[in-house]
Amino acid sequence: MDAVLEADGLGKRYGNRWALRDCTFSLPEGQVAALVGPNGAGKSTLLHLAVGLLRPDDGSVRVLGQQPYDNVAVLPDLGFVAQDTPLYRDFTAAELVTMGGKLNRARWDASVARNRLAQLGIAPHQRVGTLSGGQRAQVALALALSKRPRLLLLDEPVASLDPLARHEFLQALMGSVAETGTTVLLSSHLLSDLERVCDHLVLLETAKVRLTGSVDDLLGTHRQLIGARHDGSAIPGVAAVIRESHTDRQSTLLVRVDGWVDETRWTSTEVGLEDLILGYLGDHRRQGSHAAWGVTA
Amino acid sequence: MVIEFVLDGRSKVNTYMQLVQQVRQALRVGLLESGDQLPKVRDVAQALAINPNTVLKAYRQLEMEGLAEGRPGVGTFVTGTLAGASLMHQAELRADLVGWLRRAQTAGLTADDIVALVDTTIRATLADDVIVVTHT
Repeated sequence: MDAVLEADGLGKRYGNRWALRDCTFSLPEGQVAALVGPNGAGKSTLLHLAVGLLRPDDGSVRVLGQQPYDNVAVLPDLGFVAQDTPLYRDFTAAELVTMGGKLNRARWDASVARNRLAQLGIAPHQRVGTLSGGQRAQVALALALSKRPRLLLLDEPVASLDPLARHEFLQALMGSVAETGTTVLLSSHLLSDLERVCDHLVLLETAKVRLTGSVDDLLGTHRQLIGARHDGSAIPGVAAVIRESHTDRQSTLLVRVDGWVDETRWTSTEVGLEDLILGYLGDHRRQGSHAAWGVTA
Repeated sequence: MVIEFVLDGRSKVNTYMQLVQQVRQALRVGLLESGDQLPKVRDVAQALAINPNTVLKAYRQLEMEGLAEGRPGVGTFVTGTLAGASLMHQAELRADLVGWLRRAQTAGLTADDIVALVDTTIRATLADDVIVVTHT
């Protein structure tokens, strides 16, 4: 079995609004996947469904082949750090490690947490409430890793951290991924971080999966083309135009390619992950509301 | 550790290719030689905060180029070399060059002056023999 996390037509509804709909993707073992999308796209909902905190209203989600909702059997394999790393602030670091052990008898390895906390210079008697944001994030990660999970889910782990703390957090995460081979799904808005850290992408937009796959494949099949103004007819070698902008003379296109593009007509350049994501997210948004505002487009 | 990787955040070159290029460069200048162990994947991933698969990909590329060899459970080792026969002369030539640079500085040349002088001299001297520069 290759997929550690698999969603098939997965949907979740709050009242009559779908927070997530028709969500289908699979995450192969050993990958570090970025879960990306604008606020309200359904990222946290997806993570909560994957960890079994929410029940799907449609379709299914499977973690290591099992439904996570109302299923304690899958919990030992899952590590989850929720947004803003909620920890008991009155507990000391040592008490948290003890508590983690009592709550996770199956595979808990306290030495993982102790080693990491020692490296970070966090004293056992230190209360969690007195730690910096970066240290709290590191404590939460250390606790999650002590479960030795096969799938680690992180909801905006670095959003509130300063650049140095963010770098240190990602260092710790990448070091442990290298050591344990844990599969990771992490949501983030910090696209520049993701490019180096992630080798898989799940891009959500307005409750749907907009783009998913291995980063290498996605970057290998997308190009930016610049050429003389294009009339909109089919371009040989181009499977889909993701985004386009035109001047009187020139066209700039973000395209998905499926063959050779005529490079005498087009200047073709590779795109980075950040540009690719922005290209996909940008294209629907500018459905102008000029009429509603009473201004001309 | 024999070498330490650094990443250029502004570079357009892929992360994995940057690692490959650094190993090639280290081989060229003799910083790495056959038998040396490359940094462990875990250490590189942690130090640079990059995906371990990226490091593995770089090491696989080096293996394909015949420059390195993975030994299961131990690590990746340098097997090839890129340093030409000129390597042994390089240290001597470098020492000459450093001496010349000091003289140029004493003579009052700035770094830019020196670069310009070296540049024009290379063109004038080597162009006749090897490098063909065409002006249209």
